[in-house]
Amino acid sequence: MVPPKSQCLLIALLAIAALISAFSGRIDAYLLDVALGAGISIVLASSLNLINGFTGQFSLGHAGFMAVGAYTSAMLTTTLAPKLLGQTELLQWVVFPLSLIAGGLLSALVGVAVGAPSLRLKGDYLAIVTLGFGEIIKVILQNLDAVGGARGLTGIHTHTSLFWVFGSATVTVYVVWSLLNSTFGRGFVAVADDEVASEAMGLNTTHYKITAFVVGSFFAGVAGGLYAHLKGYLNPSGFSFDKSIEIVVMVILGGMGRHSGVIVAAVLLTALTEVLRSFGDYRMIVYSLLLIILMLTRPQGLFFWPLKGKKST
Amino acid sequence: MTEFLQQLLNGISLGSIYALIALGYTMVYGVLRFINFAHSDVFMIGSYVGWFALQRFQFQQPSFLGGMTVLTLAMAVCALLGVLIEKLAYKPLRNRSTLTVLITAIGVSLLIQNLAQNQKFGFGPNPKAFPPLFPSKQLQFGDLTLSTNQLAVPIVTLGLLAILYWIVHCTRTGTAMRALSFNATAASLVGINNDRIISFTFALGSSLAGAGGVLYAMNYPSIDPLMGTMPGLKAFVAAVLGGIGNLPGAALGGVLIGLVETFVSGTRLSTFRDAIAFAILIAILLFRPAGLLGKLKVEKV
Repeated sequence: MVPPKSQCLLIALLAIAALISAFSGRIDAYLLDVALGAGISIVLASSLNLINGFTGQFSLGHAGFMAVGAYTSAMLTTTLAPKLLGQTELLQWVVFPLSLIAGGLLSALVGVAVGAPSLRLKGDYLAIVTLGFGEIIKVILQNLDAVGGARGLTGIHTHTSLFWVFGSATVTVYVVWSLLNSTFGRGFVAVADDEVASEAMGLNTTHYKITAFVVGSFFAGVAGGLYAHLKGYLNPSGFSFDKSIEIVVMVILGGMGRHSGVIVAAVLLTALTEVLRSFGDYRMIVYSLLLIILMLTRPQGLFFWPLKGKKST
Repeated sequence: MTEFLQQLLNGISLGSIYALIALGYTMVYGVLRFINFAHSDVFMIGSYVGWFALQRFQFQQPSFLGGMTVLTLAMAVCALLGVLIEKLAYKPLRNRSTLTVLITAIGVSLLIQNLAQNQKFGFGPNPKAFPPLFPSKQLQFGDLTLSTNQLAVPIVTLGLLAILYWIVHCTRTGTAMRALSFNATAASLVGINNDRIISFTFALGSSLAGAGGVLYAMNYPSIDPLMGTMPGLKAFVAAVLGGIGNLPGAALGGVLIGLVETFVSGTRLSTFRDAIAFAILIAILLFRPAGLLGKLKVEKV
């Protein structure tokens, strides 16, 4: 049996990621760092796009889910795994990816706990609940001595490489894309378009919203794990409201519910952050102005052109 | 027992401030059906206006009249700011989806916060000490020590609530406000100028937030550009707790949140005090999504 085209593409992209990763030693360290950051942003933005873009819900807690994944996988690789296995080569190639998945799973579990009560209600409530959830996670992490509390968690092995980052990004985009193009996945867009109508058509809207939320928070957790093993250091204040907003801006800039637009926006904004680094104080001013002006003039996103034969909204 | 009474008063004092902010959220939600995220920053601006006014006037010693002047000034400036935000950011989006307005509101909130944090355009990121507003005295009731400042907050709040009640229930504008929140289309059909009433609602809500800002700064005398976020969020929770769109509900919710938070602070869980409000929010959404005093609306197609 010949695998479908999209799966061939997935495998090809993974191979390319591995190939580039093999030569990553020759790339300028600063550029590599920016590229890795951009890749993690793609994971975050694509997963949030499933919730905020395609399903039409509004989550402001993506940084919170990222924190859950980051701390989980960091704890697994730094304390649990060496205790069980000792220092082996296995750590980088087996334990690290497993810890990423574990972080994602725990994050997804938290996603169910947060999503189930709030997703029964209309849009704005979810925004507030997820915002509050992000704050709760931060407070809990700051008070948890086992993970370093407010001082942060140090000494995390830096396993994250181009292969893992772009591999995860590819898998994320692939999963979100194929989920939405499946028979089941059409329901997400239906919920976004008109919740009442899709309920009348017999779709279980709450079920769809929670599914989107769970898949989204799973990948946010994976991104958190990648981030932890990239920086080697975690601090609860790094997962604040500002971080969530950053991801939201990526999704909005790329056009909510556009795969490629959001990827471009994720890369673009990560690069923009680097450019604006020297204007540190003005970065958030630029961000917020960007957000307001976009909403007033192009609420459909920068990279959205109406397709032929399809009515744009 | 003494400690209990002391905490009770602290809680009511804090809760009154939450109530003042929550009223703004609830009123705006009543007429426009969206959460005005920038409201918490209007609250922050309120306390800065108070700070500037106190610096400028250089009172020899805090007097009751001076305090009231500062409070009124902060309310006026915040009312103007509220109307300005509404005209510039929300009015062009009048018939767009809720999500668009919500994102804009978050943008406005971030913009105000970051401008305020900026050294050049704003107040700078460092906290500032808030000078005493009213003449303060310690009162002794048996074992119980009360400061007049703590009593001032609920008293001023009650006064403002009485004025608000009068505006909403006894004036033509207030009647128009209630009509608008009941049914916007029908209100405009009977000749109510919706845009004017919406602006008025923003002015009213923002002035209450301004008063809340000054009172908050009086009790917790250190102000910084990010001070609005947490009280703002908790006040929003208070509005949902009381039933969003419901004025007495917002006041009740505010006081309840303030009490719960103060009593939690007194226990071993004190480091989690910021998380409590959100736990309440999630519980409310689970068990009584319409809030304590609200009525659940069924969406008709």
